[in-house]
Amino acid sequence: MLDIIISIFLILGAGFALVGSIGLLRLPDFYTRLHGPTKATTLGLGALLIASMIYFSSRGEVSLHELLVTLFLFMTAPVSAHLLAKAALHLRIRSEVDLPKDEQSKP
Amino acid sequence: MSIVKRLLPHPIFSLVLLMVWLLLNNTLSAGHILLGSIIALVLPWATAGFWADRLHLHKPGLALRFLLLVLWDITVANIQVAKLILSPRSKLRPAFVHYPLDMDNDFAITVLAATISLTPGTVSIDVSSDHRTLLVHGLDVGDEAALIAEIKSRYEAPIKEIFGC
Repeated sequence: MLDIIISIFLILGAGFALVGSIGLLRLPDFYTRLHGPTKATTLGLGALLIASMIYFSSRGEVSLHELLVTLFLFMTAPVSAHLLAKAALHLRIRSEVDLPKDEQSKP
Repeated sequence: MSIVKRLLPHPIFSLVLLMVWLLLNNTLSAGHILLGSIIALVLPWATAGFWADRLHLHKPGLALRFLLLVLWDITVANIQVAKLILSPRSKLRPAFVHYPLDMDNDFAITVLAATISLTPGTVSIDVSSDHRTLLVHGLDVGDEAALIAEIKSRYEAPIKEIFGC
C-alpha cells in the first residue's frame, strides 16, 4: 500500500519535471522559458520530496532533510530567476513582446 | 540597549539558524545543540552590517496562514502552467507588467518578489531604483489590471499586515 503511494508521488513528480522540460523546449522566447525552472519544477520536486520522506520515514528513521531542500529551493529559485531575467533585460535579449526600458543601461 | 538585545539582535533569525543546523544534522544531541547555538549567535552578529533595517513580525499567525496560502497557490498554479505549456502555442499572451508597490521596506519587497516568482505564471524581474514599481513578467496575461489587483489583494496586503509596514 505504501509502495503504491510512493510510486504515485514519484510518477507525479517525474511528470511535472517532464512538463517543465517540454516548456523549456516549446516556449517562444527567453523570458517565457524562464517560467519553467521556477515553476513546474517546483511542484515536481515537491512530489519527489514527499515520496522520499514517506519512503525513508517508513524504514524507521524520521527523515526531515527534505524540508530543508524545500526551504533552500524556495529561497534560491526566485533569486536565480530574478538575476537571469535582469541580465537578459540588460542584454536586450529578443522577446515576443515589447521590452520595457532597462534602468541600468542609462548612461 | 539591554544585554539580551545586543547578544540577540535577530531572535527569529537565530532560532531559524539553530533549527536549520539541527535539521541538517538530523539530530537532537547536546553537542549539536551547543554548536548550533554558537552559530545562531555569531552569524547574526557577523552579518549585522548587511541588514538594512529591522522588521518585526507583527502577526506570526497570519504569516503561517500566508505560507499555507502560497503553498496552495504554487500547487494550483503549477497545474495551470502545465496546461499552458501543453496547449497550442498561440494561446500564450506573455507580457511585461509594471506593478506599483505600496510599501517601501526592502525586506518586505523581497518577500513579495520571491512570492511572485514562486507562484507560476509570473516572475519578478526588477525593482525600480526608487522602489515604487516592480517589473513582472507574466506568462499568460489577459488583463493587466486584473493581474495587478490580484497580486495586491492576495499577496501584498497580507505581507504589509504581517510586517506592519
